[in-house]
Amino acid sequence: MIETISVCILPFIIIFVLAAGIIKKVPVYEEFTEGAKDGFKVSVSIIPYLVAIIVAVSMFKASGAIELLKHFTLGIIPPDILPLVITRPLSGSAALGVFSDIVNSFGPDSYTAKLAAVMVGSSETTFYVLSVYFGSVGIKKMRYAILTGIIGDIISILLAIAVARVLFLAKGV
Amino acid sequence: MNYIFFILIVLSVVFGILNNTLNEVTNSMLSACNLAVKISFSLIGIMAFWLGIMRIAEKSGLVKYLSKLLELPAKLLFKDIKQDSPAIGSIAMSISANALGLTNAATPIGLRVMQELQEENTKKDVATDSMCMFLGMNTAGFQIIPATVIAVLAGAGAKNPTEIILPTLIVTTLSFVLTILAALLLKMIWRKYD
Repeated sequence: MIETISVCILPFIIIFVLAAGIIKKVPVYEEFTEGAKDGFKVSVSIIPYLVAIIVAVSMFKASGAIELLKHFTLGIIPPDILPLVITRPLSGSAALGVFSDIVNSFGPDSYTAKLAAVMVGSSETTFYVLSVYFGSVGIKKMRYAILTGIIGDIISILLAIAVARVLFLAKGV
Repeated sequence: MNYIFFILIVLSVVFGILNNTLNEVTNSMLSACNLAVKISFSLIGIMAFWLGIMRIAEKSGLVKYLSKLLELPAKLLFKDIKQDSPAIGSIAMSISANALGLTNAATPIGLRVMQELQEENTKKDVATDSMCMFLGMNTAGFQIIPATVIAVLAGAGAKNPTEIILPTLIVTTLSFVLTILAALLLKMIWRKYD
């Protein structure tokens, strides 16, 4: 059931977007290729960030220092996910690097990779957004904005763990 | 990020010496560089496809259409700004662009929202309730299709990379709603301190 819905969403959205484009007389083929050009730029432009963060995390894991982190997880957050939890609110490209590293070391079909995927897909770079947006208009006192952002992050991390457990772990994946 | 990067590498070397794993540390450093490039190249195709589709969405005015739907709820949440303020429309537009994953389009719209909210602000260096609410919605990161995540999974050879769509949608929707509630609650608590 859940798998069927998940599998249907993407093709449905693509058909919907294409149909909307045709109805609005958008030259869909030209606009598609125009947008697709950016795919190369975006993918290549993240290489420096990926190198930095994947190197640092791989070294950290190879040294055995990752064992240290297991003391800070309070038994709720799986230790393999902790580096992701730390980098996600700070930097989008760093989190992508950590996520790619998780996918590569545990396998793309592992529970850990799926949990990480849900986590990355459902959160934002909280601290980055706050500093850029408030900085742009010169706000110095952010009042409860930071607290709201942190609460939002904690909620989405806990929800991701709960939902992944129910949907992926229950099936014995 | 500077400190995290620095600490990760220093700790790795220190622990490499202590655990006698320095050789593994060096080797993993070298192979990780290659891995990073491989990952980025495996993303190109899917990212190109998705950005192409999203370009059509942008050109056919889907962002505008979606933001029309969001204007009414936005009016209810942002009661302290003038009801005819252009900020309401911009807020709806920004959330819509984010929901479609149009990050490049969303940032300039978001910055415009901040300017419009700042115009109604009486204390120019203190955030208003509307700003806190808007950024709360923004940092909750509501997104319909997590394209990059799917691209990474597909690039690594996942059997069924799109199966994370529904779970992600459930989590992102719930956390979006709960974050808004948290912002409303904090607004009432903060009143007592201001």
